[in-house]
Amino acid sequence: MNFAEITLGHYLALSSVLFLIGLAGVILRRSLLIMMMSLELLLNAANLALVAVGRFQGLPDPQVAVFFVITVAAAEVAVGLAILVAIFRIKKTTAADQLASLRF
Amino acid sequence: MEPIFFWVLAVGLVVSAVGLVAFRNPVTSAVCLVVTLVMEAALFVTLEAYFLSVVQVIVYAGAVMVLFLFVIMLLDVKEEARQRPPWAKVVWVVAIGGGAVFGVPRIASLFPAAAKTLHWGQGKGGGSAAELGRLLFTSYSPLFLATGVLLLVATVGVVVLCRKDPES
Repeated sequence: MNFAEITLGHYLALSSVLFLIGLAGVILRRSLLIMMMSLELLLNAANLALVAVGRFQGLPDPQVAVFFVITVAAAEVAVGLAILVAIFRIKKTTAADQLASLRF
Repeated sequence: MEPIFFWVLAVGLVVSAVGLVAFRNPVTSAVCLVVTLVMEAALFVTLEAYFLSVVQVIVYAGAVMVLFLFVIMLLDVKEEARQRPPWAKVVWVVAIGGGAVFGVPRIASLFPAAAKTLHWGQGKGGGSAAELGRLLFTSYSPLFLATGVLLLVATVGVVVLCRKDPES
């Protein structure tokens, strides 16, 4: 690995590491709040990859895509947290493993 | 100069992301997420995406994080109880993660485009608000309008979801 020259591969590797940490958070944690924060991490890892590829290929379009991702993520967080509050009102918990009403 | 920035930000990003996943107190996790988002905004600056880095700080580190902290306060979430770690899942995550950390640079090095190096100022631009705005209002204007509708629907949905049932 070359430490002095930063290539597109470096950015993609960093983005994949971040994506994996976020994925671990979604899989391993039980608190719905932390799972949602890890989801934000996943989106950010994807954004980083998009911006890096766009810059190294000289295209401005991926940045527009990232702009839309950020907008949609804001809407997603608002709706997700509203659902979380609604669940908390009924179940008095935010632990994912105690929300098994739909399981057979 | 650029390699120093990149490595400092990369190490900081990974450490704060691990903190976000590992801390049991949700407030600590939220603070870790703020650090991650701000560092990513700094990384956007090194990628010459200036407008996006500003949007990242305003929308993510500002609005989204305030929303998260409000909900943490509102629900009064306690520290997660200590649990026996789900070892089977941990093994899977470590195996896949280790494989990816070693595998992704290898796979990336197969493509000649991944070895590209660009120095500061050599990018073709496109990161300024003016250029992004021109694209948003010309080629992507239908998507832009659709996003407006999406935000409206999300707002109405949140209001409906959080309303107390009038009958009960």
